[in-house]
Amino acid sequence: MSTPALVVAGLTVRFGGLTALNAFDLSLSSGELVGLIGPNGSGKTTFFNALTGIYSPASGNVALGAQNITGLRPQRIYDAGITRTFQRLRLALSLSVFDNLMIGNHRNLHHDFKRNLFGRKRLRQQIEANVESSRRLLEQFSAPLASRLFDSVFQLSMIDRRRVEVCRALISNPRILLLDEPSAGMTHEETRVLMDDLLASRKRMPGLAIILIEHEMGVIERVSDRCVVLNYGEKIAEGSYRDVASDSKVRAAYLGED
Amino acid sequence: MTPEHRIVWPLVVAAGLAALFVVLFLHLEAQWAIVALALGLVIGLYLAARGGLLARVEIASSDHPRAAIGINIAAGMAVIVLLRDQHFALLMLATVCLYVTVCLGLTIQFGYAGIVNIAGIAFFGIGAYTTAVLTAHSAIPHLTVVIASGLVAGLIGSLLILPMLRTRGHYAALVTIAFGILFRTFLEVNDTLGGPQGLKVTGMHIFGHSLHDNISLGPLGTVSFYASYTLLALLVAAAAYSLIKRLERSWIGLNLDAIRIDETAAASFGIDVARWRIFAFTAGNCLAGVAGGIYAMMSGFIAPASFNFGDSLLLVSIVLLGGSGNPLGVLPAALLIVVLPEKLQIIQEYRLLLFAVLVILILRFRPDGLLPRKMREYLPGWSRR
Repeated sequence: MSTPALVVAGLTVRFGGLTALNAFDLSLSSGELVGLIGPNGSGKTTFFNALTGIYSPASGNVALGAQNITGLRPQRIYDAGITRTFQRLRLALSLSVFDNLMIGNHRNLHHDFKRNLFGRKRLRQQIEANVESSRRLLEQFSAPLASRLFDSVFQLSMIDRRRVEVCRALISNPRILLLDEPSAGMTHEETRVLMDDLLASRKRMPGLAIILIEHEMGVIERVSDRCVVLNYGEKIAEGSYRDVASDSKVRAAYLGED
Repeated sequence: MTPEHRIVWPLVVAAGLAALFVVLFLHLEAQWAIVALALGLVIGLYLAARGGLLARVEIASSDHPRAAIGINIAAGMAVIVLLRDQHFALLMLATVCLYVTVCLGLTIQFGYAGIVNIAGIAFFGIGAYTTAVLTAHSAIPHLTVVIASGLVAGLIGSLLILPMLRTRGHYAALVTIAFGILFRTFLEVNDTLGGPQGLKVTGMHIFGHSLHDNISLGPLGTVSFYASYTLLALLVAAAAYSLIKRLERSWIGLNLDAIRIDETAAASFGIDVARWRIFAFTAGNCLAGVAGGIYAMMSGFIAPASFNFGDSLLLVSIVLLGGSGNPLGVLPAALLIVVLPEKLQIIQEYRLLLFAVLVILILRFRPDGLLPRKMREYLPGWSRR
């Protein structure tokens, strides 16, 4: 863990007069799982959106390995190897599970007209290979889901939709995975199953670093190597879950003590 | 059933029934028969979709994409042969094929990429006027002129790209409406292009053969000159159909769907939203331009009054009625919407009113259209996986 996988320095996002994220610093080693917590509106999702290029930061710097990715467009940031899930699922419900995974695998597919419209033989090989890899990835999460590869996402249960969204973010073999509250809309048990599957599949992807936004403290305690706490766009604590949970500023932010 | 012995017969039956229907629909004159046929088509398609018959046809056509196109061209040719001496019926059939081509373009724009284009007829008109000008002032071969008309329509459409990229949904639709009105007004005040009186267009010549001559078969009678145009329009529509199916079954089709459904998510996975929106818009306009070029030479005369806002709505209602995003649905929808007002005298004056009601009814009761779009099938036999 010599060179950090991701270094965020002084990242600031403003909406008019409101500073949604203020001089945020974060360093992430490869293979690490960092839990990002904080009350509603504290800037967690804003951080993800700034990191993935949906918002452009007012100031600050983001480096992915040796590459400076500050202010790049979302497409280039994905190409560089950062993928994400969304708090409110953003799957293409009317499309099949396979289609959704292939949206996630965009950077590994060929998009030229020649091959797509006229070179059907070579396209066929790429399609067949991707059917196989999609099936293998889904099987790590749920074997029944893998058999529904060609069903529309609309027909799936909430937990299966979450699985598809996580797989969509994983299939391109990213360096950094951003998970925005994967437990939203699911029961404790479903969340536990999903996180266990994720941790298991992470073992097959050495070096993958994860930032997890989560409101369920049990999940954070169980899976994260390190915790970062945001409040009103400021980092108020960082460290192991135990340290952070006993921090007076964190308790004040969550429980309203003064 | 092994994959090697995938069945073709549903395709043949469907194409045969479709050909029979088209012949009857274009040939019969009795008003009650026309109404019965139109209702029969809508109800028949509905029941066939419900009863799974349509699914068998679709499976067969996805198993044999080339045979499907070939069989349909053959069916179209059979219809032309049967109607060989009926000018009006063939004119309508050719118009249907040209409208199908335009609506396949709109399918790329609206059905796939989600771009609402309510100026379809303007791009059709750009193609028509380009053909009129090029045939009058140059000796360029006519097939090249038709292709050039498509390119010019695509090029002029690119003027709209900047406002289209900066607006979304209703606002983008408004941009195209404004363009459609601008186009018509421009034609009316522009004397070089004939003003409100329009332009005469020479008939088409392909390899020295004039498509404007009736073909005499001696004792077997004569073939209407419209038969040549109908055949050309049929081949163009078939080529457009084949292209659009290839597009849908590729990663490009997936990219277009992704940006229609959720631009932010698409961008987060590397899909260049602007690039694919520009591609879809331009490709659709090119198809409209090609159809317009053939239309101009076939009708021999074009005027601004032929390219109304109402006609653009007509095109949109064909796409909606057929089933947005399903190129197959465009065929019956174009047939109904183009032919019905010509055959049913009662409708003529009220046609826009009726189409407006029709669009409302479709959106209310069957928002997916007559033939709702199916899942993408990348390869033959995909649905059995």
